Amino acid sequence: MTSAMLSRRSLIASVGAVAATGLSGIIVPAQAKGLAPTPSMRGGSNNYRPGAPIVERIGNGGFWMTGTVRRAGDGAPLGGQRIQIWAHTTEGHERDPHSHGATLTDANGNFRLEMPQIVPAFGQPHGHLAYDSDEFETVFLRPIMRSSKDKTLEAHFVLQAA
Amino acid sequence: MSNSRAGLIWAAVAIAILVPLIAAAASPLLAWREPIYIAAGFAGIIALGLLLLQPLLIGGFLPGLSGLSARRVHRWIGAIVVLAVIVHVVALWITSPPDVIDALLFVSPTPFSVWGVLAMWAVFAAAFLAAFRKRLGIRPRTWRLLHTSLAAVIVTGTVVHAALIEGTMETVTKLALCSLVIVVTIKVFVDLRVWARGAASR
Repeated sequence: MTSAMLSRRSLIASVGAVAATGLSGIIVPAQAKGLAPTPSMRGGSNNYRPGAPIVERIGNGGFWMTGTVRRAGDGAPLGGQRIQIWAHTTEGHERDPHSHGATLTDANGNFRLEMPQIVPAFGQPHGHLAYDSDEFETVFLRPIMRSSKDKTLEAHFVLQAA
Repeated sequence: MSNSRAGLIWAAVAIAILVPLIAAAASPLLAWREPIYIAAGFAGIIALGLLLLQPLLIGGFLPGLSGLSARRVHRWIGAIVVLAVIVHVVALWITSPPDVIDALLFVSPTPFSVWGVLAMWAVFAAAFLAAFRKRLGIRPRTWRLLHTSLAAVIVTGTVVHAALIEGTMETVTKLALCSLVIVVTIKVFVDLRVWARGAASR
């Protein structure tokens, strides 16, 4: 019994050691590479309309979509990047052209675009955002609002050179 | 059964199904939806409501309907559920094709989609087996096992699907109807000993 206990204990210890080594083996190169690029989310590109115009605000506004755009690796903020935004709002469906608009990031990599209030559609109150220009790999995001009463929603892009 | 008792039972069933429908009809979300999207939602709500009638009919709980007549109504309601599910999916497809394709391919970001699609296939399978039961030569005991298993998948899938959705249904009436569907289904399964070893076919 004792030897069985000991061997089980040593087994746990060695498994733990292997796991620790394995995990650090995974983590260390990631740290060396720095900030990882944001992967596209499932369903993020649904009802996307490429080339939506840059607008002051979408429709009559009242709701803010905000976020940041940074470069993978060093995390440097990316200015002048075009972000497209669309959602099911109080003024239209996701498929309606007037539900779509684009904006550019400022020098600090921040963007904010006023748009109509997002309302739950297809079961969740959610928005869609796209980075879809030449310089970096395309990313589609589909953030979900914590509450459908929220007046803002944010999404963050970390882009990888194309 | 006295007339007043029968009236009470029918009134309770009508309230259980109609109140969630009326509450959904008052949803503020409707103002921001096109008719086709609204139709899709209500087809789903109607299908959920009809699921309450199915075990009630088979359990003989509905006054005036028992035995063969209850079974005949059960079959008709089953057919209406199939129709409602088709309207639900087609109308959602017209509203937003990529979201429905994602759901049908089980790659949707929304966790409730998979439950809805599972329930949909179980509804179609149950209807297919019911329509071709004799031609396929399915024995009564096999039939009972197949049909009740599919019914369990339909009820579970539909209830989880509905419960996880933030949509036109009002939360309290939605959860009350979902709970009733589950409780009545379990009650009938237990009463009729549907999964008991050697249960006699009716």
